[in-house]
Amino acid sequence: MTLLRKAEYHTFGGADASYLYLVPSAAVVRLDDTAAAVLDAVGEGAKEFSDVSVALEGRWDAAQIRSAVQELVTVRALNMVAVAAPPPAATVPLAPRGPSPARRRVPLTTLVLNVTSKCNLSCGYCYEYGEDKLSEAAKKPRFMNEETARQSVDFMFAESGESKVVHLTFFGGETLLNFRMLKTALSYAQERGRELGKEVDVSLTTNATLLREEIVDWIVANDVGVTVSIDGAREQQDKHRVFANGMGSYDIIRPNIENLLAKHRRRPVGARVTLTGQNLDVTAIYKHLAEEIGFPSVGFAPVTTSWQREYAIEDEGFTFMLRQFQALAHDYVAAALDGRHHAFSNVADTLHEIHKGMSKAYPCGAGMGLMGVATDGDVALCHRFAGSDAHTIGSVTRGVDLDRQEAFFDRHHIDAKTDCSKCWARPLCAGGCYHEAHTRYGSTEAPNLHYCEWIRAWTHTCLEAYGTLAARKPEFLAQFS
Amino acid sequence: MKHLTSVNQKAQRIEAQAAQDVVALQGGGTPQQPTGPHIPLGCSFVFSPGWEVDSSGGTAGLCQPVERDLFDCHITCFWPAHVPDLFNHAPDWTSKCASAQQDWRKIDLVFP
Repeated sequence: MTLLRKAEYHTFGGADASYLYLVPSAAVVRLDDTAAAVLDAVGEGAKEFSDVSVALEGRWDAAQIRSAVQELVTVRALNMVAVAAPPPAATVPLAPRGPSPARRRVPLTTLVLNVTSKCNLSCGYCYEYGEDKLSEAAKKPRFMNEETARQSVDFMFAESGESKVVHLTFFGGETLLNFRMLKTALSYAQERGRELGKEVDVSLTTNATLLREEIVDWIVANDVGVTVSIDGAREQQDKHRVFANGMGSYDIIRPNIENLLAKHRRRPVGARVTLTGQNLDVTAIYKHLAEEIGFPSVGFAPVTTSWQREYAIEDEGFTFMLRQFQALAHDYVAAALDGRHHAFSNVADTLHEIHKGMSKAYPCGAGMGLMGVATDGDVALCHRFAGSDAHTIGSVTRGVDLDRQEAFFDRHHIDAKTDCSKCWARPLCAGGCYHEAHTRYGSTEAPNLHYCEWIRAWTHTCLEAYGTLAARKPEFLAQFS
Repeated sequence: MKHLTSVNQKAQRIEAQAAQDVVALQGGGTPQQPTGPHIPLGCSFVFSPGWEVDSSGGTAGLCQPVERDLFDCHITCFWPAHVPDLFNHAPDWTSKCASAQQDWRKIDLVFP
């Protein structure tokens, strides 16, 4: 006797079509009416094939039902269980746990240099300086010197394996406070890249207060990707993003940004917004940044904080934020169908991951394809942990401590997160940001349970957007291939 | 595939791989002639110690607990191993065990 049993998947719709998001493979398939009816007939329990056949009798003949069942078994939407045949040839073994990334030596493709821990702004929510800070900045040099920067570039190339393109990102503190070092580091990276036959892609994040003419010219000449941290219009920006004397920064940065956008045309300049309990009007912020200022790309992230801070986002805040994200995602799809550009990068990033079918064993590439370097040359999981001795996994002169790296990946695999084992969104979320978890729960190993509902609802919205585009404008999705 | 359409890249890879797979004879349909060498499928494909005994013929000295085997057979193997009946009497016997390597002590004992 063969029983059919529902495997793990999430259903969604888009433009009148029905889809399955399969877990853990992260495959997306469109169902025809027969396949959808078979899944309905199997329901939540286990059914014999003959029961399914009887339930659908008159609508489809047995051969059609059988072929639909076989296809659903092949993609593992259904499992064939009990004592008859084994499931037809496995596509993906159930939660295989291969060698850890450390031993496989995943090539390093992105190195983030914390070029300074100093900043000319005093944003209340900053994870580098605020109440939840990790970095032992007081014990470290305030600025990365040119020798450490060169050693970091050498480290990046040495760890990049076969990868033909490496990404070097400057981060801070306020990155442009150390502009002299940026110039030498970039020249050195380009020179070494030419010698080694590798392309070097350089980017930086800045608060835009120091974007003077000389710097903009350097950015344009070297094709540097720029992300501007900005919270919205004057009212939102000046709430948290202030100078040490409390003065808001909006009036300083606005002309700087306009100058940069006018001159830097080859790469899209991104705006990166931190949302707080007091700053949640995503629609208004988006409108200001994308439509009034003209940022070609605008991304949002909730502030990383422990729950008791006054700027933390409460449950109702998450619901409010979700509704606005959904409205923007809807606009994004409408723009895509009309052939217009839409700047909302959160949805574009998720569509990219859905299109590839990413199924993550780890929430991000931190410590694997991406690492952060502190001002003294210590290598950390990512820029958010740079400067924290407890999260160091090597140094640019001594290389990566493989034992430490491997121990980290052993402890942080999605299999170790029991709470995630029954969540359909785990291929994309994998428990969420290590730094967020450390700030919220005191451990990088904890899944970020405070936003599970939010992630599932947002992932569902992005799947619907994906389904609509797949049905009505599949050529739009080719950009994510 | 006729009833399903592979939409994203992962689904296309699965479909391409499935087309080359060896299909068990019990699966019915037209017998397929595999293009490559015949590779038997089953638990020997999965990293697993299988049903092992230690050097003394017992199970005390195994490199992994015997519960690891139980769990493996229950999920991936068609062989009628002595695992609880998960359809009728003990559907939740592994519900507290998300990861066999870590949580095997939480597998329920089931008495028929």
